[in-house]
Amino acid sequence: MEWESVIGLEVHTQLLTKSKAFSGASTKYGAAPNTQACAVDIALPGVLPVFNKEAARMAVKFGLAIGAAINRRSVFARKNYFYPDLPKGYQISQYELPIVAKGRVTIDIDGQEKVVGITRAHLEEDAGKSLHEDFHGMSGIDLNRAGTPLLEIVSEPDLRSAKEAVAYLKKLHQLVVYLGICDGNMQEGSFRCDANVSVRRKGETKFGTRAEIKNVNSFRFVEKAIEYEIERQVELLEAGGKVVQETRLYDSDKNETRSMRGKEEAMDYRYFPDPDLPPLVIDEAFVRDVEKTMPELPDAKRARFIKDYGLSPYDASVLTASREMAQYYEETATASGQPKLAANWIASELSGYLNRENKDITQSPVTARMMTGLLKRIADNTISGKIAKDVLDAMWSGEGDADTVIAKQGLRQITDTGAIEKVVDEVIAKNPKQLEQYRAGKEALFGYFVGQVMKATGGKANPAQVNELLKKKLAG
Amino acid sequence: MIEKTVAELAKALRAREISSVELTQAFLDRISRYKALNAFITVDANRSLAQARAADARLAKGEAGPLTGVPIAQKDIFCADGWRTTCGSKILSNFIAPYDATTIEKFNAAGAVVLGKTNMDEFAMGSSNETSFYGPVQNPWDVESVPGGSSGGSAAAVAARLAPAATGTDTGGSIRQPAALTNLTGLKPSYGRVSRYGMIAFASSLDQGGPMTRTAEDAALLLNVMAGFDPRDSTSLERPVPDYAATLDADIRGLRVGLPREYFGEGLNAEVARAIEAAIGEYKKLGAQVVEVELPNSKLAVPCYYVLAPAEASSNLSRFDGVRYGYRAPEYDDLIDMYSKTRAEGFGAEVKRRIMIGTYALSAGYYDAYYLKAQKLRRLIADDFTRAFEKCDVILGPTSPTTAFKRGAKTDDPVAMYLSDIYTISVNLAGLPGMSIPAGFDIKGLPIGLQLIGKYFDEARLLNVAHRYQQVTDWHDRVPPGFD
Amino acid sequence: MSLDTTQVRKIAHLARLRISAEEAQAYADSLSRILGLIEQMNAVDTSGVEPMAHPSESALRLRPDEVTEPNQREKFQAIAPAVEAGLYLVPKVIE
Repeated sequence: MEWESVIGLEVHTQLLTKSKAFSGASTKYGAAPNTQACAVDIALPGVLPVFNKEAARMAVKFGLAIGAAINRRSVFARKNYFYPDLPKGYQISQYELPIVAKGRVTIDIDGQEKVVGITRAHLEEDAGKSLHEDFHGMSGIDLNRAGTPLLEIVSEPDLRSAKEAVAYLKKLHQLVVYLGICDGNMQEGSFRCDANVSVRRKGETKFGTRAEIKNVNSFRFVEKAIEYEIERQVELLEAGGKVVQETRLYDSDKNETRSMRGKEEAMDYRYFPDPDLPPLVIDEAFVRDVEKTMPELPDAKRARFIKDYGLSPYDASVLTASREMAQYYEETATASGQPKLAANWIASELSGYLNRENKDITQSPVTARMMTGLLKRIADNTISGKIAKDVLDAMWSGEGDADTVIAKQGLRQITDTGAIEKVVDEVIAKNPKQLEQYRAGKEALFGYFVGQVMKATGGKANPAQVNELLKKKLAG
Repeated sequence: MIEKTVAELAKALRAREISSVELTQAFLDRISRYKALNAFITVDANRSLAQARAADARLAKGEAGPLTGVPIAQKDIFCADGWRTTCGSKILSNFIAPYDATTIEKFNAAGAVVLGKTNMDEFAMGSSNETSFYGPVQNPWDVESVPGGSSGGSAAAVAARLAPAATGTDTGGSIRQPAALTNLTGLKPSYGRVSRYGMIAFASSLDQGGPMTRTAEDAALLLNVMAGFDPRDSTSLERPVPDYAATLDADIRGLRVGLPREYFGEGLNAEVARAIEAAIGEYKKLGAQVVEVELPNSKLAVPCYYVLAPAEASSNLSRFDGVRYGYRAPEYDDLIDMYSKTRAEGFGAEVKRRIMIGTYALSAGYYDAYYLKAQKLRRLIADDFTRAFEKCDVILGPTSPTTAFKRGAKTDDPVAMYLSDIYTISVNLAGLPGMSIPAGFDIKGLPIGLQLIGKYFDEARLLNVAHRYQQVTDWHDRVPPGFD
Repeated sequence: MSLDTTQVRKIAHLARLRISAEEAQAYADSLSRILGLIEQMNAVDTSGVEPMAHPSESALRLRPDEVTEPNQREKFQAIAPAVEAGLYLVPKVIE
């Protein structure tokens, strides 16, 4: 029996504002507990919320990026429930009328494009944190995070595998970071994901009962949690069981999902429009204003790189993975006048270094200017591609720019025909037997002679010149 | 000294005929002398006198603001930095406010002295001041009767001359009804006119703070201080504040006074009706023109209100959970038990009733039938006023269907209590300004209030219309026997 | 519509109000009476009427994104029922 999984994601992105959604307290991560929880955040009696304009701008920016309609009028509602990290006893969240309506993103699955629908994106506030270290059997509450603005992005149930889910999640991640509306830091919880997973028999049009998996905070865990959950549901159904609609928690240590029984008690959130907040009205001028600040989006940039620089789709993807990477590439490509060479060196060589040391492009010790210097020396034949690898390695280790390394280590390519000819003559003289065999028709020995010449010059002889001279001399 | 109005006191203080310390002390003495009224929850003579001394210093330097040195009693719903602020509840019995409400800030800036925090129905839920955790308040006109509510402490304090003026808040009549029952002038401003920041929320879309004074002139002086845009309140409106005192004397000849047919029907006490008729006569003499108007949906205001206000309250009061401030139950088994005991022990019966009604009205399956239905009715009620104001400039009627009733008379019947606000509630639903002014006494000597309802943001006109009436009547000058 | 004690208990639990068996009965009575009052609303046909959430029809005012609130933890926690190491303490939260 063939099964199909149906997955939808709810992604919470913390918006990169300086102050909170409804108060003037700082949103900076990592402050001492409750030092960034002001009167509004701790819900003192009598305090009132006032909404942050930047959070609205960021939501609109996201809406424009996914081709969504921006609702001209959206409404903040109260979601009522008691929890110690929720000081007001309700969360302010958009419910019936979100700011961002239907949109879509395109993901790439093994070279195939797939459009994933986004149902909506709405503004809300984050909760505080419960710390479960033991304080004499009590929990400690830190409200620094309470009130941080969130954009919750809800996808359609368009995803059909854990792999697609991760591709979609990565795409969203790239997008919000590109837009500068989220720092994307999953470890600090700036980008969090809940997954709704159900399975059905292939060909079935109705959805199966879904489980919601909470608390998945890395791409890898999202994939594993969904895979586990699909397997669990299929096994359950094949054994004649039924999937229960519930919230499940992913445990990365055990690689399993388990039911959150505590939350199963029927939740009745009693949503109603927040009387403290009139409707959020976004007029045409507001949208126009945000439009002006839109950066070039990853898909457009990728297409442009392929068209303008003649890059392969793969290189273009790597080089547009982040705004910073793309900027690094364009700077290098333009300054060196070698777009293809730049693509090769950045997408493979430099990326190799970055991946090995788990660094992003902004942390690269080899700056775009230094990379440009290296590419120029390759282009003008000062060094060969092979030597260039050594130069890059030295630059990575902090030994200076390309010219400094080349000078210091004497790596300048030998292009003086006379000098190369001298070495060629010496090599031929030293290898009479090989010369005889070559001339007798064993042409494969040509490589041997090249190797000997390169060895004698410490790899610095210009390969093209070496080839040319050898061919002439060996022919006799 | 205690007989002077705020206007007169401010003048005397500026002329240095009296000092703020003397004045404040005189009222503090009366507060302790008439402690039995139970008008105040918290009095802090040291704090008040320190403010009075500072006011005297400003007066000496000639830096006086409009209310410099005038003691004002503050309803215990306004957070005042360093003052215990209870909202009439046990759950806030140990709550020392760590910040000032915008209203308190504005009074401080104007140089007024906080004379103390007045008693009130718990979380402003009540029409008789009997739901206060700190005990009921006596009506100075009959100490066995209620002063009205929820601003009953403020009403009793000003009526008994324990304070020259006070603040109140009005969600469904909580300024106007106690003003009516104690012979005061009480103004509920338009929604959005006075900041709600720091005023402990009951029903956010209905609550407004306002003055409770002896005269319309004093109300104008206090509103001058209280009104204005506040960036900390998203429902506060950015509209200029006129000088409300400047237009008090304006001629009202030709003024169109609308009488809503529905306010003079069944349920209105005959003596109250006669007093209102007499007041209409005075207005005619002043040159006003009387027109009949209709508010056909007004009978639905009470049911509509008792969905919306409890619904909002049920959510507003969720923050009282024993975690960050206020009362926490001494013993509990776990988190839910801590919440449930803290709230069960911290809230009184009426507050719990309203939290439960509100919770029910918002719960899954009932939202449309109750909450959404009430919001639609609210629109119809507001539209009634819009239509009525096409035919008139102000609406006139009774404030309360009866005069003050005896303590305990309605405590067993919440519905009977709710109907005390039958004429005031629709004004809050529509967000309009409303006023109650003294208009006579019944046979038992209990005061009768006349209600004036204005167009949106037309407080200046209401005050003008009230003031002109007070110039030709002396009801407002009467002092309750034994308190002169 | 009237409420029975089971419903009252459910509502009380949602609202985090502990009530005794006797109280449940008393609340069932008084809440039912209040609901009787409320249901007078049904006398009016409201189909096609736009619900009114706010008395003024104004739009939400937006605040500039600025940090304006200083740390006041000591002052705020001076009035808290239980704090330690800058944290508010509550009975253990079970996930």
